[in-house]
Order: sequence, then C-alpha cells, then structure tokens
Amino acid sequence: MRRSEARPMMLHLAPVLIVILLVAPILGGLTMALLPAFGYLPALGGESLSLDPWRALFAQPGIWRSIAVSLASGLIATAVSLAVVLLYLAAVTGSRFDRWIRRLVSPLLSIPHAAAAFGLAFLIAPSGLIARLTSPGLTGWERPPDLLIVQDPWGLSLIAGLVIKEIPFLLLMSLAALPQLDAERRVAMARSLGYRPTLAWWKVVAPSLYPLIRLPVFAVVAFASSVVDVAMILGPTLPPTLAVSILSWFSDPDLDMRFMASAGAILQLGVTASALALWWGLERLVARLMGCWIARGGRERGENGLRLAGKSLILLASVTAFIGIAGLAINSVAGFWRFPDALPGSFTASHWARALPSLAGPIASTALIALVATLLAAVLALGALENEQRTGRHPSRALWLLYLPLIVPQIAFLFGLVVMMEQLGTRPTHALVIFGHLLFVLPYVFLSLSEAYRRFDPRWSHLALTLGASHNGAFCRVRLPMLLAPILTAMAVGLAVSIGQYLPTQLLGAGRVTTVTTEAVSLAAGGNRRVIGVWALVQACLPLAGFIIAIGLPRLLWSNRRAMQGAP
Amino acid sequence: MTATHRLELRDICIQLGDQVLLELEAEIGPGEVLTVMGPSGSGKSTLLAYLAGFLAPEFQARGQVLLDGQDIGALPAEKRGMGLLFQDPLLFPHLSVAGNLGFGLPRSVDDKAARVEQALENIGLAGFADRDPATLSGGQKARVALMRLLLSAPCAVLLDEPFSKLDTRLRHEMRQLVFGRLRDAGLPSLLVTHDREDAEDAGGRVIELAH
Repeated sequence: MRRSEARPMMLHLAPVLIVILLVAPILGGLTMALLPAFGYLPALGGESLSLDPWRALFAQPGIWRSIAVSLASGLIATAVSLAVVLLYLAAVTGSRFDRWIRRLVSPLLSIPHAAAAFGLAFLIAPSGLIARLTSPGLTGWERPPDLLIVQDPWGLSLIAGLVIKEIPFLLLMSLAALPQLDAERRVAMARSLGYRPTLAWWKVVAPSLYPLIRLPVFAVVAFASSVVDVAMILGPTLPPTLAVSILSWFSDPDLDMRFMASAGAILQLGVTASALALWWGLERLVARLMGCWIARGGRERGENGLRLAGKSLILLASVTAFIGIAGLAINSVAGFWRFPDALPGSFTASHWARALPSLAGPIASTALIALVATLLAAVLALGALENEQRTGRHPSRALWLLYLPLIVPQIAFLFGLVVMMEQLGTRPTHALVIFGHLLFVLPYVFLSLSEAYRRFDPRWSHLALTLGASHNGAFCRVRLPMLLAPILTAMAVGLAVSIGQYLPTQLLGAGRVTTVTTEAVSLAAGGNRRVIGVWALVQACLPLAGFIIAIGLPRLLWSNRRAMQGAP
Repeated sequence: MTATHRLELRDICIQLGDQVLLELEAEIGPGEVLTVMGPSGSGKSTLLAYLAGFLAPEFQARGQVLLDGQDIGALPAEKRGMGLLFQDPLLFPHLSVAGNLGFGLPRSVDDKAARVEQALENIGLAGFADRDPATLSGGQKARVALMRLLLSAPCAVLLDEPFSKLDTRLRHEMRQLVFGRLRDAGLPSLLVTHDREDAEDAGGRVIELAH
C-alpha cells in the first residue's frame, strides 16, 4: 500500500512507545505495591501472603483523620477551583480588565506547586505579611499570635494552596476547549431571549463546557487528594495527610515499615478512587440541580452577584499567589525584621551569598533532568502526532491513557516502581529520575502540542509534497518551522512540569539526586524563612526561563515575517 | 522549458461507502485545460485529492491515472509530478519570496539563485527576493504561487478554484496569466471550479458533475 510505504518504521513506533511508557511503569508499580501490601516481598523476608501490613496500617494513630483530610482536601480544592474558573469565564465580557486578569493568571501556571505553597505560607502565617499589615491596628497583636494557621488540622491552608495553583490549570484547559463551543453565538442567542449575559453563559455554555474539561478536572481531584509536597508545606502534621504519612513510613530506616507503607499506597489508591467516585456523584447532583435551574427559566436574578463573584474571586486568588511570591523575594533579602513592621528594617544579600555555592549543583541537576525529559517527550509526541497526520487516523480513544499518570496517584505506583527497580538491581541515577519525570512530562507536552498540530492546515503539507518534498522534508522544512512557537510552548510546559516534580525525584533518586524542588521542600521542616525564600524563589523563577525563550525565540527568528508573528 | 506531457484518466470511480461520488473518463493533452464543474459537495475536491495522492482513507477509488503513459496511481504524492494550485496562494510564511520559489526547485538544478532571480523578473517582481511574502499584494502573491509551481517542474497541474478568492478585476488578469503559462509550458491541466467564467477563459473541454 502507498500509505504504509510513506511512513517510516520509527514513526509507526512512536504511539506504541508512548502507550508502553505510560502504562507499563504504572501497572508494574501498582503490582509491586500490591504484593508487599499483602506481606509478599521475598527480598525483605516476606514469603507468604498475610493481612498484617493492613492491621498495622489501621492501628496507626490518626489514620482515619489522615484519610478524611486527604479526601476532603481533594474534593473541596477541586470544587472551589472549578467554581472560581467557571464564575470567571461566565463573567468575562472581553473588557480590558478581563484580559488583564487572564494575563495575570497565566504565568501562575508555570510556578511550581511548592513555591506557590511557600508563598502562601509566608503570607498567612501568624508572623506573615497579612498579620503584619493588620497589626497592631486591627488585631491588637504586638507579637505574632500563637495560632496554627499554616498546617491547620483541618487542612484549610492546604486547600487554599491547592486552589491558587489549580485555578490557572483549569482556566487554561477551559480556554483551550471553549473555541469548539461557539460560546459567543450561544450567549448572543440566549440574550436575545432575554437572559442577562452571565446567566446566559451559565445556562447555555457551562453545561457543554464541563464534559470537555472533565478529564483535567478528574486529574485535579486525583492530584489534590494525593499531593505530597504541598501537603508537607501547608498540610496538617498530627497526623499529616495520608500521602505524607506513607512517604515517612517508606523512608523509615526500619525496612519492615515498607510492608505497611505499601498497604498505605494501595489505601491511597482507594482514597483517590473514592474521591473520584464521590466527585462523579456530585456531578450527577449538580447536573440535576442545574437542569431544574435552567428549566425554571430565570433571566435576571443573580446576574450581578454571579458577575461580581466571577471577577473578584479569581482576582483574589491570583493576587494572593503573586503577593506570596513577592513575600518569598522580600524574605530572601530581609535582614532584621521586627514583628508588626510591614517591611524589614534592613536588607541584606547574605542569604543569597551563603546559598549560592549550594545552589549551583541542584540547579544544574534540575536543568539537566528537565531538559532531557522534555526533549524525549517532545520527540515522542511529535512522532506520534506526525504518524497520526500521515495515516489520517485519530486515536481519540487513547486519550484517557495520557491522563493515566495524572489520575493514578503518584505515591501509589512510584513506590512499587522503586521496589521493582531495587529488585532489578538498578541504582538511583539521573537516568532513572529522568524516566520518572517523563511519565508526567509526556502527557502535558502531548496534550499541549496536539491541539496546535491537529489544527494545522493540512494543505501546507500537501503543497510541500506536490512541490516534490518528501514526507520528512515537508515535516522539517514546513511543519516544524511553522509550528515552532507552539512546539516551544509545549516544551516550556514540559520543563515547568519537570522542575516542579518532588516525589519522582525523591523516590527514584533515593534522596541522592537533589534538585531545586527537593531541596526547597526539605527546608520546609526547618522553618528558616530567609533560606526558604531564596530556594523557593529560585524554584519559581526557573520555569519562567523556559517560557521567556518560548515566547522570545520565535519573535526573534521571525522578526522579518509578519504572518509568523501571531502564528498559532 | 516547453515539454509535452499527457494525462489520461481511465474509468475513475470514487466511492464513499456504497455511494458513488463521481465517475470520470478523460484525456488531457499537452497545454490543454480540462474543466470539471459542479456545485459544492459534488466531489470535485475529492477528485483532486485522489489525483494528487491525498485521498482520505474513508474513500475508495478505482481506475487508472496515466501520466505520460505511466500509471501513477500507486505512487506517493511527492513522486507523482502533479503540481497543485489552491484557492489561497499559500506562500510559506516563514520563508522569503525567494525561499518560496526555491522550495520546489529540483535538487539537480545548479544555479538556484539565478533561476529564482530570473523567475522573479519573469513575473514582474524583480528585486522581491528577500521580501516577506506577507507584505505582497494579493496579485503578487498569486503570481509567486504560480511561479513556484512552474519552477517545481511538474508534469501535470491540478487547479483547485485558484481564482475564487481574487477580486473581479484581478481574476480575469490572473486567468490569462495562469492559462497562458500552463499552455506555454505544455502542461496538461485539470481545473475544478463552480465559476462558469473560469471554464470559458480556460478554453478547453468542460465536464459537468451532477448531484
């Protein structure tokens, strides 16, 4: 056949490779957590199946509370982030203020979770910026109050930390899905029937938008119910969330604890699955309520409230995140800083000077891991997408596989993966960590690239072929340069995802591969604000470098090509 | 650059499932233009996609496409020697005008820069080599697109309503230019259009598709 002839073997392999890469480690990891969870791990003397690890697990003090906090923070953080995003989208009128908000939100996507969490902690802590600005005037506090605001037992600060990071993610996903819906005409139609604009959006756009962003929402539920780094910084401590407890058991020098940790990993899988099931039930409920609300046909009531909430909530969340980052910066250069003073009494570069020698190694490690993982992901994604174009087949059903590493809790399968690697005698190396990062980088790079790739006018490639270029020639000389901007953006997303990874680095690197993120998170327990400020700020700024290149390089290269300036 | 090529379409039948989209039998000699007319949805674009080698997998096609006596039906698009002119000029936005013209020049051509410069003069655009294609006028873009096609030395040309997006004044002028050049180059051409004036200016035989 003509078609298979024109398709090199390598391209044919790309989609298969992606599926194996994403599915095999997760299945292997889950199996290797499941066996020790029931007492079977010959290397550690577990020869027979038993329920002992589970008995030990449920005998842990506060285990039920850990489970409850994990479950609740997962569901509440997702519900709040989604509500804020939908409220904003409903209230958007295309005004300058709306565009300004959107421009404010998008860089937040690149900031690693840990840095945003530190920023929030610095803001709301008893001696944080908010307390300083309101004291002693409003609060009467002359000294930092003895309140457990950060790491509160209810997980409220954890939820807040998750919300400020998930809002930009869900907003981006929604903005990517919206063009398919022709929202403007739908709203115009509803308005002509007498509905106020914000109500119109809720009644005719939101119900069609939700199914399109369902998988990303599920990913947020799964992430929020099993996150480790944010929970270590903002989550409760006695007891911590389930995921954090599991990590501490796994790192315990007593190797027997591994059995219990494995049972915990399986429990976490169950907790996240329950969170997803509960969310699914919630979807049904909200759909029914929305149905009644739409059927009642109200056209006016609630309009102003909804619009106000839409603009103010997202603004509050984004400004909080930015002030938090500013707080990191201030702390990193603060000298002596008396309590109710809003600004430090003196500034010093000594924290930076002291941190610099120890920063170089982790920064180099972070960059190396991120670059290699992202390059591999980009090559695989481009290969699979190019193959899709040449065969004319669109494997839409395979899409949920991409979400697999984002929906199965990291902590549930990474353990098993570590155990498996130990069994195989693999030493922790950068290569292993890169492989771990690839699992999470690949889905994001692929999802971000696929949209631009599939939207690309096929006539360009047809034209190149009729002018005598080969398929590979058309790819290198036409598709690649014309899609340079979206490819670089996808790679910047990949870099940001890799830079922010905590658990894969920590577990697969066995603590011996240190990145900026593992260093910053490990400082959380110490509580030295100045040092944390330095490391968290570096962590927040690294991904920005990728985005600056992604935006700047095409502009530089195509400075003399007008049609490439606003390219897709 | 005059050559003599001949395009023969024998018992062409394109189907979508059980539905027959079109059936065609035709022979196009050197410098001749065959016009295929029909309303949208009559399978004109599918015919061009089939001849150029881009038929989407959901279609089935039977018949023989002979170019200079050789069956090209099994060849990949880039080896068929079929040039294409689209509704839009589709100048590659990342290349200069010269880059666009040079894109299709066969590798064997020695002095590419000189050929490109000569081609530019030929269409009245001398000195435009380094220009950004986005800064050209509609007529200039159309002329560059035509010249790019001719430089790639095709053996036959497919025209996909290439004049439909031009304004009325330019349309007539471009028709004269395109058909004139194709005739001079001795290329058999197949034009699909729904504009009767296109067919009249082309001057060749006209086949009407039903539906």
